[in-house]
Amino acid sequence: MPEVATRELTFAQAVREALAEEMRRDSRVCIFGEDVAEAGTPFKVLSGLVEEFGAERVMDTPISEAGFTGMGVGAAMTGLRPVVDIMFGDFLTLTMDQMVNQAAKVHYMSGGTWKVPMVLRTTLGATRRSAAQHSQSLHAWLSHVPGLKVVMPSTPYDAKGLLKTAIRDENPVVFFEDKMMYKLQGPVPEEEYTIPLGVADVKREGEDITIVATSSMVQVALGAAELLEKIGVSAEVIDPRTTWPLDERTLIESAKKTSRAMVVDEGYGRYGVTGEIAAVIAEGAFFSLEAPVKRMGAMHVPIPFSPPLEDVTVPTEQTVFEAARALCGKA
Amino acid sequence: MTIATDQSKTKAEVKTEQWMRMYRRMVMIREFEQQVNELYTRALMPGLAHLYIGEEAVAVGICEALRRDDYITSTHRGHGHCVAKGASPDRMFAELLGKEAGYCRGKGGSMHIADPATGNLGANAIVGGSAGIATGAALSSKRLGTGKVAVCFFGEGALGQGVLYEVMNLAALWRLPVIYVCENNLYTEYTHYSETTAGDILARGTAFGVQAESVDGQDVRAVYATAHRLVERARKGEGPAFLVCETYRYTGHHVGDINREYYRSKQEEQEWKTKRDPIKNFSQWLVEQKFSDQGKLKQIQEEVRAEMKAAVEFAIAAPYPAVDQVDQDVYA
Ligand SMILES: Cc1ncc(C[n+]2csc(CCOP(=O)(O)OP(=O)(O)O)c2C)c(N)n1
Repeated sequence: MPEVATRELTFAQAVREALAEEMRRDSRVCIFGEDVAEAGTPFKVLSGLVEEFGAERVMDTPISEAGFTGMGVGAAMTGLRPVVDIMFGDFLTLTMDQMVNQAAKVHYMSGGTWKVPMVLRTTLGATRRSAAQHSQSLHAWLSHVPGLKVVMPSTPYDAKGLLKTAIRDENPVVFFEDKMMYKLQGPVPEEEYTIPLGVADVKREGEDITIVATSSMVQVALGAAELLEKIGVSAEVIDPRTTWPLDERTLIESAKKTSRAMVVDEGYGRYGVTGEIAAVIAEGAFFSLEAPVKRMGAMHVPIPFSPPLEDVTVPTEQTVFEAARALCGKA
Repeated sequence: MTIATDQSKTKAEVKTEQWMRMYRRMVMIREFEQQVNELYTRALMPGLAHLYIGEEAVAVGICEALRRDDYITSTHRGHGHCVAKGASPDRMFAELLGKEAGYCRGKGGSMHIADPATGNLGANAIVGGSAGIATGAALSSKRLGTGKVAVCFFGEGALGQGVLYEVMNLAALWRLPVIYVCENNLYTEYTHYSETTAGDILARGTAFGVQAESVDGQDVRAVYATAHRLVERARKGEGPAFLVCETYRYTGHHVGDINREYYRSKQEEQEWKTKRDPIKNFSQWLVEQKFSDQGKLKQIQEEVRAEMKAAVEFAIAAPYPAVDQVDQDVYA
């Protein structure tokens, strides 16, 4: 991160600034989704954009996720650069045919002739007491599909730089924002910057264990790293920032250096991102590892409403700390 | 809900009982929601709350035309449907607070109350998400010959979801006993429906040959009369219906939606509340027609208020589920 970054923005402000800058830079960029205009979305992430860019470029849609996501694909193929807004990541289910069978495949199926330069922004994350249909983290589904890129920023700085790159990308990119993180503050420089997709970021350097964490789990991993330091364990925290493309080299090199690795992600632990990244590390750093790679994801249950139940479904600083401590043989 | 009638009662007595039951149910919904609002503002309620205040006549008028074992599916704004179908407020409040005594043992919360005992297949937090479920329930009713009717409640926002038209087509083809009840409260979240809904709403039903009607959703007698006719028609195997109820939510999309002037005026809200309040207008009619008097109505209000207060206290005192419940009931 550049040293000049003295200004602080929230995660939501960083997302909004990236959109505004790209809309000023390129008149083809437009936004559509439910309550994106005057309401600025229920999370108020888009407040002010319709006032600056007008209703022609910030368009309220009916509650028709399949329809307007499909329109995003067609519009992207034919000259616009749409940023489609899906309010809750849970509603991705409604867009799946458009994303998986259409957006992801158009370029390949057409022998490289058509392109789909669109972004789908959506949310992930539990613990908002929103129950099973408003709390899921479904990024693994999209990461599974060739032709899609998947971005999962964990700081305001990364959110801005990655979103700008996503909008300029010639491919469909799915951009996940942790809804619990919208108010998180962090340094964001005034001057223009972008962050390439597929480059991991070392959020904290360490010697004894590598903790790979994504999105909402990066802060959790950093908190756990503080606890680990108190018992003499030095943890390295790495954020891949994009699950596809995946910066395998940085993950493997770190695991080789520390000889222990765990992966923390808020998607379901089974058949998910943690399994994939753990396999990448196991394959690439096997002969340097002193312990099996540990995975931590959401519990394999629909997210319950009741607070004491919901709280145990996702990894926390304490559970990550304990798992890391055990992995280092310091139980 | 239709209750087995006591043969010794005159027709007039039965009618009076029915009107008074409907009045009480509407008051119950309003008082329930007022308590929810209070729980929410006192930070005792986790998550979101979408209040049904202003729309009481829709749920009560429709459910009065149903048997206890008829099915309903409900929405994120579902408390009113549950109460109208006969759920008990104490277990509803317990669910809203995430307690073990709740209808879903705390796992569902405000947006997911379900209750097999009253035919409630569940509230749904996916807009349009229950259209398939309700239509499937109508299919099983027809195949199993149970004579049950399914009512699918949804807001006009769900008119944007394609699945609704897929199942309406099927329901018409297969003459299924399902009633699609569109509660048009004019706004989705923060957008007037005219900005998101093209053409004629009723035509969306008639296009499939589904009996399509609209009714003043603030007039509980009109809602009941229409629903009764459509439900009995469906029960006889004469096919599905699409009923649009014109109504209004008095408060925000959810409890936190306080500054609403950017999408609707205070004057509009005031007009609905003063001129078209379903409870006030029905009370007036009950008194005029001598089915009741102000004193009796006041007494009902007080009884209901006390019942709701007790239900809230029950819920607050009730324990949370044990943490080991978290992975129970993932599979049957
Ligand atoms: C498929 C889907 N898209 C979006 C949402 C977010 N959302 C929740 S309620 C709502 C508005 C619903 O409006 P309407 O159906 O008219 O019901 P009302 O709230 O007015 O009762 C929206 C967009 C959702 N829950 N499900």
